[in-house]
Amino acid sequence: MDIRHDASEYQTDETPHGQTPHGPWPENSLARVPYWVYQDQDNYAREMRRIFEGATWNFVCLEADIPDKGDYRTNQVGGMPVIVVRDTDGSINCFENRCAHRGALIAFDDGGNVQNNFKCIYHAWSYDLGGNLRGIAFERGINGVGGMPKDFKRETHSPRKLRTATLCGLVFATLSPDTPSIEEYLGADVLGRVRRVLNRPIRIMGRFTQPLPNNWKLYVENVKDTYHASLLHLFFATFRITRLTQAGGVLVSPDGAHHSSYTIGSADMPGVEAFREKDLRSENDDYKLADPSLLDSVEEFGDKIQLQILSIFPGVVLQQIHNCLAVRQVVPKGTDKMELMWTYFGFDDDTPEMNKRRLKQQNLVGPAGFVSMEDGCVGGFVQRGIAAAGDKISVVEMGGSTAESQATRATESPVRGFWKAYRRHMGY
Amino acid sequence: MDVARLVELNAAYARAIDNEQFEQWPELFADPCLYKVTTADNVAKGLESGIMYADSRDMLRDRVSALRKANIYERQRYRHIVGLPHVMGHANGATDVETPFLIVRIMRDGTMPLFATGCSRHTVATGRDGALKLAERIVVCDGGRFDTLVAIPL
Repeated sequence: MDIRHDASEYQTDETPHGQTPHGPWPENSLARVPYWVYQDQDNYAREMRRIFEGATWNFVCLEADIPDKGDYRTNQVGGMPVIVVRDTDGSINCFENRCAHRGALIAFDDGGNVQNNFKCIYHAWSYDLGGNLRGIAFERGINGVGGMPKDFKRETHSPRKLRTATLCGLVFATLSPDTPSIEEYLGADVLGRVRRVLNRPIRIMGRFTQPLPNNWKLYVENVKDTYHASLLHLFFATFRITRLTQAGGVLVSPDGAHHSSYTIGSADMPGVEAFREKDLRSENDDYKLADPSLLDSVEEFGDKIQLQILSIFPGVVLQQIHNCLAVRQVVPKGTDKMELMWTYFGFDDDTPEMNKRRLKQQNLVGPAGFVSMEDGCVGGFVQRGIAAAGDKISVVEMGGSTAESQATRATESPVRGFWKAYRRHMGY
Repeated sequence: MDVARLVELNAAYARAIDNEQFEQWPELFADPCLYKVTTADNVAKGLESGIMYADSRDMLRDRVSALRKANIYERQRYRHIVGLPHVMGHANGATDVETPFLIVRIMRDGTMPLFATGCSRHTVATGRDGALKLAERIVVCDGGRFDTLVAIPL
């Protein structure tokens, strides 16, 4: 039986306005983050309800994953399992992957094709491609005995349905009627940066999953944190793929939720002294590649942006590192666990040479990425480091304490933007 | 091709990695070559990407340099348990071989969790010096989940 899903069920969620369950937000500042947000079980449950099941657009698949009628993928929106499926008319539906009868998963594979309907294996209740309950096995019983009551209304017993939106081949879903259009949700700047990369049909090149030993927010912050890139990732800096001294900046959507960081042009040397003075580990001009074909990249977007990392609140990343393109979905798995789902892609019109180039550059990212490997472990280092510090706070103050776009990457502005959006959704 | 020599090649490969003698690892390959780490699911779907991909011995050497000099990760090493090679066929003087493997990852804190299982599909050719070389080694992991990070080659 489904009951109406709204805030009234969750009175225990409510805290006085602007208050958290642990008291006021530290200094009421975007530049301060209390460590309990990465540890607290009740807070985690609240995130699932108020953020992932709330007024947000959650990435659920690529259109290229489900090109034909009846093609589906399973995914999660926060903790909620969902099915996303291509309907007869070409539209895309998304609904909770939970049978209205006893709650079993309706589909239990990663994806496939179901022609016209889904059938729960437990008692063979069936659903159309819109997630509507259509068939009940032995609904009229056997020889007139048993079966469902005559007044049972199938139409009031369906899994929760999510609205869907597609943008440049990305498919999003939301449970809330209040979520604005995806275009309005992203804001013009970030929307433009999505369109910049996803400007023609894509082809999927591979999928990998990377379980990480940290809270999901630590990864999202890491993505938005342009400050760390040249400092943590030696490979990045040494090979001039990006360094903070290169031209670039960050765009932050007006509500803080989404961001795009970018690096412009080829790496020259201005400002390199800024590294030397600090004796930073990542400055190492002696390190050369034996086979530099790894970095043999070509301009393919008609501008000088070599690298663009873009995040859409709450948990998806669109990445262009030279010719290496990927979508990364952040799937929360508890207060101290998450999974990062990588989908590598290229374009339909890639030449064999471009395909080879992408395959080589994919060495840069993913679980074994020359430049992303450290991101796999650094969240866990934070999670372990703060084990006894739930009542302490971290400082996110590079570039000030506001969350606007800035023409530098030596800033934590996008991270503060995340907390601005987070606090609004969470009522903190 | 003598199966005993294939067994010896597999043993040398596992030993180089497990003993952290990474510089020996590229020398087991021909040049050019193909080395890739992927998953059974990607292979089944015809998806070409790998989490590691190299088509020259120098690219393998760059993996080792990055491992030694660039990348930061918590101390860890592998223990490969390698099954018997199965000869799939011969073509152009090379032999296609499949070898199942299991890798335990020994972490700094002393835990020894199972890290990966799979099947290595390799093409073995005889080098000019008579030694066997890997012209191709596609590491097909049975599952698609790679915990935290993959620093050391499989």
